[in-house]
Amino acid sequence: MKNPLDSIWGTIISGVVLTGILYFVAEWLVAHNTGVGA
Amino acid sequence: MSVWQEPLIRWVHILAGVMWIGLLYYFNFVNVAAVKEATAAGEAAPISKYIMPRALLFFRWAAVVTWLFGAWLLSTVTVNGTNGFVGAFLLRGALAPIGIGAWLGTIMLINVWGPIWRNQQKILGFVPATDAEKAKARRIAFLASRVNTLLSIPMLFFMATGPHALFVEQIFH
Repeated sequence: MKNPLDSIWGTIISGVVLTGILYFVAEWLVAHNTGVGA
Repeated sequence: MSVWQEPLIRWVHILAGVMWIGLLYYFNFVNVAAVKEATAAGEAAPISKYIMPRALLFFRWAAVVTWLFGAWLLSTVTVNGTNGFVGAFLLRGALAPIGIGAWLGTIMLINVWGPIWRNQQKILGFVPATDAEKAKARRIAFLASRVNTLLSIPMLFFMATGPHALFVEQIFH
């Protein structure tokens, strides 16, 4: 399998996908407030 | 705290960040393809001699200034009695989105001074290396730089949206 980092578009698409995943992580962390900033 | 303190810290954080990420994008969007073409034409030497050392100097110190002023900016905030810097890095509640951005920026800073700079020193001849070591260093530095380009996309998303409506709306609903 080709390394997506070898192409600039592969890098950008991977970055956008990671942004989507981390958005849901952030949403979960805010919703399940663990202490600071109720 | 003076009303000027927070805006001035944010201003320097953004100025240095523009220089850091601007040079990162120059390396990845312009320089990689330019060096490839120049090498094929036998004309890559001036890029390595005159451009890369200067670009890398501003690149790695801009990364340090960006991180330090970002850390200072976070520490000016207190949320429910907890320092913003500590809360962000612990990914706590309202500070979690900006904390994710801060973690990504920190990984990127380590990447700049670790894999990228250490291998660029071999490529540019600042430290002695054989041709095989240089070829390996070139590949590692390239991949490390691409990883930072990848990480810059979510990092800038969380820097831009973390303290704003996208997440704050959720907190107050």
